[in-house]
Formats: sequence, C-alpha cells, structure tokens
Amino acid sequence: MEFVAISLLNGITYGLLLFMLSSGLTLIFSMMGILNFAHASFYMLGAYFAYQISSWVGFWPGLLVAPLLVGAVGAAVERYGLRRAHRFGHVAELLFTFGLAFVVEEVVHLIWGKVAVDYRIPAELDGTLFTLFDTSFPIYKGFMMLISVGMLVALYALLTRTRIGLIIQAALTKPDMVEALGHNVPRIFMLVFGGGTALAGLAGVIGGNAFVTEPGMAAAVGSIVFVIVVVGGLGSLGGAFVASLLIGCIQTFSVALSISITDVFALAGVSLPAGSQVARLTITQLAPVLPYLLMVAILIFRPRGLMGARES
Amino acid sequence: MTDASTPMLEIADLHGYYGKSHVLHGVNLHVNAGEIVCLLGRNGVGRSTTAKAVMGQVVAKGAVRFKGRDILGMKAYEIARLGIGLVPENRDIFPDLTVRQNLMLGVKDPRATGRWSIDDMYALFPRLKERDGTPGGVLSGGEQQMLTLCRTMMGDPDFVMIDEPTEGLAPKIVELVGQFLQEVRKRGISILLIEQKLAIALDISERLYLMGHGRIVFEGTPADLKANEAIRKEWLEV
Repeated sequence: MEFVAISLLNGITYGLLLFMLSSGLTLIFSMMGILNFAHASFYMLGAYFAYQISSWVGFWPGLLVAPLLVGAVGAAVERYGLRRAHRFGHVAELLFTFGLAFVVEEVVHLIWGKVAVDYRIPAELDGTLFTLFDTSFPIYKGFMMLISVGMLVALYALLTRTRIGLIIQAALTKPDMVEALGHNVPRIFMLVFGGGTALAGLAGVIGGNAFVTEPGMAAAVGSIVFVIVVVGGLGSLGGAFVASLLIGCIQTFSVALSISITDVFALAGVSLPAGSQVARLTITQLAPVLPYLLMVAILIFRPRGLMGARES
Repeated sequence: MTDASTPMLEIADLHGYYGKSHVLHGVNLHVNAGEIVCLLGRNGVGRSTTAKAVMGQVVAKGAVRFKGRDILGMKAYEIARLGIGLVPENRDIFPDLTVRQNLMLGVKDPRATGRWSIDDMYALFPRLKERDGTPGGVLSGGEQQMLTLCRTMMGDPDFVMIDEPTEGLAPKIVELVGQFLQEVRKRGISILLIEQKLAIALDISERLYLMGHGRIVFEGTPADLKANEAIRKEWLEV
C-alpha cells in the first residue's frame, strides 16, 4: 500500500516532467511534420542555463530566465536554421536537428566540461513534504508537480481560450489554408518551436537538479521522449499526456520492484527451471528496457499509437 | 495609384510549376473592379493552379499585379493581407474547430471592422447559425461550402477567387451559393469564379475565360461563348 502510493506519486511526478518534453515535441511534429531530434538537447540546455544562473544569482531567477533563454535559442534555431533547411525537404530538416543535437552536446562539453556539474535543489525546497508510513516524500517532488501542472493548465488555456491558440490549432492540420486566410504562419511556426523548446528548457530547470546535470542527460531522456511520442501517437497531445504518465509510472514501479522473473511466473502458477540466468533477472534490472518493449508492442498492435491521428 | 482603368487583378504570361512539371504555360487574364469573371475549363487544365499562383502557393514566373502592385514572390499571408481571398476547391474546413471558430479564423485583424460580421453570415445562411457550436468536420458538404465561403469573406477581401463552389452540391444549395455570390458583388467585391459547368457561369458572370492545357484558349462574354459551339465542343463539353 505504502509502496504503491509513493511509487504512484513518484511516477506521476516523473510522468509530468516527461510530458513537458513530449508536449513540445508533439506540437512541433504535428505542425511542421518534423521530428525534432534535438528536442532533449534543449532540456539539457535548460538544466545548464539554470545551473549557471543559479550559481550567480540563485535558483529562483534561473527558474524564470533559463526557460526563456532556451526558448529564444529555439526560436532562433527555427528562424535561421530549420526554415532554411525546410526548402530542401523533410530529410534535410531531420538531418539538421540530428546534427544540432551533437553540436549542443559538444558546446556543453566545451563550456561546462564532461563531468556532472553541481546543480542543486535550493535549500528552501530541500526537505520532507510529508511522510507516508515510513517513506518520506520530498518537498522538491511536490514543487515539480506544481510547476508541471501549472504549465499544463497554462498550455491548455493558451491553446483553447486565446486567438493565437486557435490559429495554432488550425495550423496544426492545415498550415497552407491558415496562411491563405492572412495569418503569418512562419511566425507561428517560430513561436511554437520557441514555446516547445522553452517547455523542454523548463523541464531541464526543474529536472536537472532532481536528477543529474551532465552532458549525457539529453541522450538519456531523449530516447524515452521518442518512446512516449510513438506510444501516445504522433501528433496527439492527449496521447502524449497519457503515455507520459504511463511511462513515468512503469519506470518508477519497475525500478522499485525487486522480484525476479521466476517470482512473476510463480505468481501465475508457472515454475521456471531453476539456475537459468534469465529467470533470475529482477524487474529492476529489466526496468530500462520496459519502455522500449512497450513501444515495440504498440508498433506491432496499434501502429498509430494510443490516440494518434495519422497512420504514417 | 488605383483608378478605374487599373484592373483589380492582372495576370500576364504566368508560368507555374509543380516540382519539375510545367503546369501553366503563359496565362493572361484580368479582372476589373466590381466584376464577376469566370475561369472555365475541364479538370486538370490549370485553373486551380492559376488561383494558387496568385495566392503565392505555387512556384510561378511572369507577372501578377493586384491593384497595380506586383505581388508575385510575396508570401501567401502578405498577399491575403493586401485584400485577396481564396476559397479552395477542397474547402479546407478546420474539422476539429466549431463553425464559429472557423469563421473567427477568417478574420485577419480582430480590431478592424470589415464589411462582414458573423451575424451577417448567419443571416445569409441560417443553417450555419444552427450549427454554431458544431465541429466543422461533421457538417454536410453544402454546409461546409457555405462555411468556407463565409470564412474567406470574414477576412474582408476586395477580390476573391472561388474554386468550384457548386461541385457535388444539390441544386437548391447551388442556388443559395449563386445568391451569395450576388450579395458579395453587391458589397463591391470582385470575383474570379472557377467553374466547370456552364450553367452558373453563363448566368452570373460578365466575362469569361476558357482554359486548356495551361493557357487561355478563349476570352469573351457569356453570349460569345454561347454562340461559339466549336470552342465549347473542343475545350469544355465531354
């Protein structure tokens, strides 16, 4: 009971963080038709910017400024890079974002070095929020949840309650028609790319100190975010939300489960031959591979994802 | 700058391309202020491409002038903001947005007051008013045609290109669309009507152009075309 409650809270916290990344990625994909391979690099930039700013003036200014900076970098990348690559088709765009991911990683190496930097949770958020039975739930996890839910509500309100949100929604499916009606679609593209990368940056700001801020963090989270977008269905915000929470929970639950494959089969009444290496593996050991197994299963049984609209 | 003798739209020696295929081979036409001009022809002769080229949506060479101003090479949204509207053949309704939201998207500048309001549209097409909160995707073909016409007019264009507005519609709705076009002209808007069927074209337009193989093959009044059976047989009738 206690285990389930705490793991669920952790899973939701992690899932919401993942949604901040996957929502931007999926918005960019539906609008421009490109998978931004560098998306997680903006997550990493968010963490490093926040680390740098917090070392100068503290965590709170960084929380605000770092995502805006990342968004500005993202908008500039769209305006001066992607828009040019766009003329040469989707393959050029894909290769551009692919290369960008490497460039960002190397720049991070050059400026901040190859080892993890000391980006810490601020003292006022360091501590226990509440204790459930014997397990404590840290304040910072609650803070992450608060920020994520706040962003979620703000994003939803922006998309459904404002004029620019209406234009974005329409441009998601029919950018040419929207432009013919007199709306500056190239600028909308830039704003969505900037907004999406700013969200990724914010996830980096609040995730970088909860986990580790190091040059490998983009690659580590990047592949998971792609799994989420595929599982949820390319281009579906609702699907990305469900898949984010699902993957968040799968990962936290499986990491915390120390039972082995033999035990799982035993629960089902099947006894596996003793002495097999595979049968002795614990769920914890399998945790990293579970999201990818889920992705493969989805691709086999429901290729358009949980809530995806397009087949391709 | 613009006087009565400057055409609203003037197309000269327009060549259009889809990738490597050359679709328009030197189109010449013009639409005067307050005129309804019909662009006739069979499917695939380049009528829609001509409209898209004016809108900046296909690669084109030659000259396109709007109120005397050269607009070829401008971006689609800039062209739209000069006062050109396009009602596309496939209607391109935003399926997940409501009828009202679709109409609101036609408005280019929410602060400006144009010739048309949503209430005007609902008065002209009461059917749309009933469907106010319905997603555009579930409307019938006729309702979608009304919606796409109204959506473009909400942007308050001075000149509008309407691509096959009556295709696949019941005669009653065709009549409704015809009345709407008259109302549009009454408010001082010039129209380039793209059609395949002669009926509405002869009825409503002052002049017409007939297109074949990417160029204009006939130009004249509805009476001229009525009199010229050979041309009709060669380029229009099947």
